[in-house]
Amino acid sequence: MKKIRFNRSQLCIPYAVFLVLFVIAPLFVIVYYAFTNGEGNFTFANFVGFFSSTNTLGTLLYSFLLSIVTTLVCLIIAYPTAYILARSNFKKKYVLLLLFILPMWINFTLRITALKEILSVIEGNLAAYPFFNSVIGMTFDFLPFMILPLYTSLLKLDNSLLEAAADLGGNKFTVFLRITLPLSIPGIVSGVTMVLLPSMTNYVVLDMLYNSTYIMGSLIGSYFSAYDWNNGSMISLVLLIIIFLVTLVTNRFSDKDTNSRGAVL
Amino acid sequence: MGKSGNIIELIDVKKIFDDETVAVDCFNLEVKKGEFVTFLGPSGCGKTTTLRMIAGFELPTSGKILLNGEDISRLPPNKRPVNTVFQKYALFPHLNVYENIAFGLRLKKIENTYADKDGKTIVKKQKLTKAEIDKKVKTALEIVDLEGFEKRGVSTLSGGQQQRIAIARAIVNEPEILLLDEPLGALDLKMRKEMQIELKKMHKKLGITFIYVTHDQEEALSMSDKIVVINDGEIQQIGTPTEIYNEPVNTFVADFIGESNIFNGAVVGKLKVKFCGATFDCLDDYEINQLVDVVVRPEDIKICAPSEGQLKGKVISSVFKGVHYEITVAIGKFEIIIQSTYTAAAGSTIGLRIEPDGIHLMEKVYTVNKYDGVITKNNTVEFGDGEFECDITQLYAGSHIDEEGYLITAQGEKLDLTGTEVTVEVDTHSIQMTDDEAAGGAQGNIISMIYKGDHYRYIVRTEENEEDYVFSCPDLWNTGDLVGIIIPKDKIKLNLKVTEEGKE
Repeated sequence: MKKIRFNRSQLCIPYAVFLVLFVIAPLFVIVYYAFTNGEGNFTFANFVGFFSSTNTLGTLLYSFLLSIVTTLVCLIIAYPTAYILARSNFKKKYVLLLLFILPMWINFTLRITALKEILSVIEGNLAAYPFFNSVIGMTFDFLPFMILPLYTSLLKLDNSLLEAAADLGGNKFTVFLRITLPLSIPGIVSGVTMVLLPSMTNYVVLDMLYNSTYIMGSLIGSYFSAYDWNNGSMISLVLLIIIFLVTLVTNRFSDKDTNSRGAVL
Repeated sequence: MGKSGNIIELIDVKKIFDDETVAVDCFNLEVKKGEFVTFLGPSGCGKTTTLRMIAGFELPTSGKILLNGEDISRLPPNKRPVNTVFQKYALFPHLNVYENIAFGLRLKKIENTYADKDGKTIVKKQKLTKAEIDKKVKTALEIVDLEGFEKRGVSTLSGGQQQRIAIARAIVNEPEILLLDEPLGALDLKMRKEMQIELKKMHKKLGITFIYVTHDQEEALSMSDKIVVINDGEIQQIGTPTEIYNEPVNTFVADFIGESNIFNGAVVGKLKVKFCGATFDCLDDYEINQLVDVVVRPEDIKICAPSEGQLKGKVISSVFKGVHYEITVAIGKFEIIIQSTYTAAAGSTIGLRIEPDGIHLMEKVYTVNKYDGVITKNNTVEFGDGEFECDITQLYAGSHIDEEGYLITAQGEKLDLTGTEVTVEVDTHSIQMTDDEAAGGAQGNIISMIYKGDHYRYIVRTEENEEDYVFSCPDLWNTGDLVGIIIPKDKIKLNLKVTEEGKE
């Protein structure tokens, strides 16, 4: 009898098949469409059109602005929360953690619809504050993704380092600035990556809030729904490259520590 | 200023944690400027907690910590002129060696005195300049023998090197006291020995006070000017290494510091003590008939011909230990451990002599267990976190119990003793252990065991109110075992509590 033996590399066959079928192949399709016109001929016209139109460039800029503001708001809310959750002796902190995680268990559509109702009660006309509403909606959606990496990186922080810093003469503020903050950078970086990138393309939240604003995601959506595969693919490709560049930058930022503490990405 | 020469004084310091465990109790200590003081004790004895109170990481529940006569017990760590070397170094991983060492210097402000153009002196608080910091960091690195390591990342260093950086980071601030929390615990044996010598050298060179925490008695003996032996949150003995080793005040210290043979003995005459079935001359003067613990160090026992020995025994084993042999000898039912440069064949009969200065007597701390108890409605007695069957008729001479459980005194009086407060006494040899905890009247963990030649002395502590049962038992158990306590009914001595009303 011959035993069936797997070596380690064979174990990744299922994933490889999945990858080729649903990631790599579609990628080639996108590249193909992005560089061809409706007749299937090779062309740069799609890109030229994108980068010469103030409309599309405006949308790109707006998406950037929206995602950056969303990320900042998330960070400002999440950092103190994660800090309290991870570092304090606050007895009810697990309840607090649950409260922040709980929305993730609730259906997305339900959540956003609820938010829409609340906002329209407060604002009256939702269309009056499109940018503001977009930021609130996306912050609401992405906040847990910011809190969790921050929480884990602050939780890992060795208490004796804080004691050592205080022992060497640091007051509470100095200890935070010189030790806690720098050592939580991997958490900040992965939190930012997990919020910044999706919020650049996520147009569903905006759509559901009856938002008229256009971001990159909605641009792709509108091209595809008009069966313009070429322009839709072109913009997808542009976004892909932008995201790749952003990831490159953030990874470099956390590189110093990734060996020892492993940023989440 | 405090008492002359004392840099730090701990007065009645007590620490109770949130979960009500008493970590440190009644801690009184004076440390002179420039001393090398070691806190020595088993893990969990409160030595690190005491150090952390001096550093400012923990606040004492009560008591005072005086530094140069000033109470610092409520100051935060950054306001205290002490620095700590942490057990696991606690180097900042995001900073290189230079930045780690310079961390304290960058935060420091010193008073500089100037003469301005009108000739007035001005005192300004200023940060150190870059050149000053550079110089100090360089000197600190020289002291720990790691010149040229400034730019290295701390994670690229070996354990020993990290330890040195941690020391450099602390001493660069020129603290009045350097606190070291088991600093060599994570190093291998050879490295540890080297660092011990270097630390001792550093202490001489720098002249600052060192307070050192360790559970390694050898380390404590070889490095310290003064050793504070701690157990169970309380100081057992304070003294020089020689005092601690040669004159231990109780069996805990004797057992913890070095190897010892500990026996039950009795004083049988002026400077004469009897143990292991023989009478010896000794130097400690105790009253005749006093029961004592006798401590004899293994190296103080000399081997001689069987006919010349004060004791005669059979060699059970002889193990070569490098410098000496460790020989176990059976004398009747007693077992003695000897360290000698001579060996003796297993099975042979040898004589043993002990000089008077090799015999240390100490008053027996535990001869009887005393508790406060209450009689229950079942005519049992509750004490020491347990309930035991007992004979309550001993409370009233000539009394007996009727069929309903009432006590009938000799005069025919009918008494219900439920709720009566009594004192309970149990001899140390009347208690037994069982590993079926439920079978015992009380349950607890073995917190201490000391071998006494022919038996072990155990202390079992209950969890609820930390009541201790002290007793001897010939069998070997393990520290930490959860056991049930059994006391035979007739071995529980009861006495009515003498209260104010009771006297009338």
